[in-house]
Amino acid sequence: MMKKFLAVLHARNMEFLRDRSALTWNLAMPFFLVIGLAFTFSGSPRDIYKIGVVGGLDTLARVAPALQATRHLQFIHYDNLDLAIGKVSHQQLDMLVDVSSPPRYWVNTTSPNGYLLERIIWGVEGQRFARQPVEGAEIRYVDWFLPGILGMNMMFSCLFGVGYVMVRYRKNGFLKRLKATPLGALNFLLAQLASRLLLIMGITITVYAGCNLFIDFNMQGSYWDLLLIATLGAVCMISIGLLIAARTASEEFAGGILNSVTWPMMLLSGAWFSLEGTHRWVQQLAQLFPLTHLIDASRAIMNEGATLYQVMPHVLVMAGMSALFLAMGAYIFKWE
Amino acid sequence: MPPIISATGLVKNYPGVIAVDNINLAIPQGVCFGLLGPNGAGKTTTIEMLEGILLPTSGSVLYKGEPLDARYREEVGIQFQHTALQEFLTVRETLELFERLYQHTFPIAELIALCALDDILHRDTRKLSGGQRQRLLLALAMINDPELIFLDEPTTGLDPQARRNFWELVTLVKSRNKTIVLTTHYMEEAYALCDEIAIMDKGRIVSQGTPEQLLADHFGDVVLQIPKDDAGSKIFESGLSIAHAADFLEIKTSRLDYTLRQLMDCGANLDRLRIRAWTLDDLFINVTGKSLRP
Repeated sequence: MMKKFLAVLHARNMEFLRDRSALTWNLAMPFFLVIGLAFTFSGSPRDIYKIGVVGGLDTLARVAPALQATRHLQFIHYDNLDLAIGKVSHQQLDMLVDVSSPPRYWVNTTSPNGYLLERIIWGVEGQRFARQPVEGAEIRYVDWFLPGILGMNMMFSCLFGVGYVMVRYRKNGFLKRLKATPLGALNFLLAQLASRLLLIMGITITVYAGCNLFIDFNMQGSYWDLLLIATLGAVCMISIGLLIAARTASEEFAGGILNSVTWPMMLLSGAWFSLEGTHRWVQQLAQLFPLTHLIDASRAIMNEGATLYQVMPHVLVMAGMSALFLAMGAYIFKWE
Repeated sequence: MPPIISATGLVKNYPGVIAVDNINLAIPQGVCFGLLGPNGAGKTTTIEMLEGILLPTSGSVLYKGEPLDARYREEVGIQFQHTALQEFLTVRETLELFERLYQHTFPIAELIALCALDDILHRDTRKLSGGQRQRLLLALAMINDPELIFLDEPTTGLDPQARRNFWELVTLVKSRNKTIVLTTHYMEEAYALCDEIAIMDKGRIVSQGTPEQLLADHFGDVVLQIPKDDAGSKIFESGLSIAHAADFLEIKTSRLDYTLRQLMDCGANLDRLRIRAWTLDDLFINVTGKSLRP
């Protein structure tokens, strides 16, 4: 079984590596995107200040109506005080207010936005709120954005790279030719998964290292933990690609399904913008996407130094999804 | 000799279409068996059921007296009518890929020599000519040193030279005591390669036997060909069975002496008279009422 697996794996790797145009595009696109966005967004001013609220937005309107009525402030509700304080520490929130009695606010002493908001709260609400200073380095947009862009590149490569290749194999009769051999479906699928995984991890590591040369971004946690998360995320999304391409021989149909999966993930997995402040159902929907777990866990490791134990919920979700999608793909797989 | 592969009551239905209708076959070991028929006759559907690629609606296929199982995949070789290979691989790499999928294999060096692949070993498979590609596909079908080889229209689309080269190759393979099941709509191919043929039409076998036996069974008469210019004006009043064919008239007869006398009586010049042998094309038209070529 291993001999057959390695034979198919090797052949697929050769096919990809010799397809220069596809390889070049896979390597170049994320570089251009990261560098371009780093130049574009690093240090750019924001016209809306984000204030976390613990104790309820209704209570805020009653306790601090003047603050609540001030324009250009966005209020985001939090249940977890420690989580919200962590975000002030990383300057993902400009300020945090707790409107339960007695009212308090947290501000990062190194944040210019925090400084300005502190002047505003004193101006509109006086000194009623007790000051809780917080320290911590800012997470720049590029620090926040890099895990998202790497995850998104992995998603496209995993889904389209596997999905379209399988459909092409089925359409041109290569799968039928393999069906005439003793090669089993699961063996074939695992070889496709392993091939794409090796390639995408190689590319992702190369892009990560390349970006590290140009951009000074955050890496607080363990590289091994990050590698494990990235591997799990890739396996999960390759499994989705295999599932989507398990039966169809129509590139149009497969393309439609792949787009209907990738677009919601791209928009709602927090790759481009934070989902904080969006409707709760949007945030719950995002939890169904493996890309959300990949990006959230990667950001936690890179920007907050989270350990594997701390991101274990994401690990378990991605592992469970991978097993489910791969099993379903193998079950419904058709050579023709 | 017991059959290496047999089919009983083989039926394949698609919605609104009976593609294969109750086919029974028993193919002895070591023969080249030809399935002939025009496009849409059910040849490919039949051969794919024999290959185990397609499940029959009803009926059974036995390999060496046993139902098809995992061993079958190890022991048969298949060359499909339409197929593709892994892209960006050379001929050698493609052979090595398929070699690793089997437990028992044909020595690659010997296979390369047999199929005349030496000169193209390092060529990308996408850049092969039609004949080279068919030779590679035959090599892949033989890579597990199978006892039974299926060739589904292997020379369709090849030029006459490449087709004849391929026939030589198949003859070499036959000489190694391999059983070959071949589908084709080229009569001369069937005549050159096959020990036994079955003619299919509308999903059924309409005639089966050795080519010589079938021709003898169906044609007790001969065809005389005479140039139109030599036939004389009275020939059409002679009562002979006459058909037009290009520049010739063809006269079908079972009474050669009588017909020759009639021709002389009509003033025909017999210097260029020829007797044409019946072919499988004639046989096909005779049993199905239609031309074999699309």
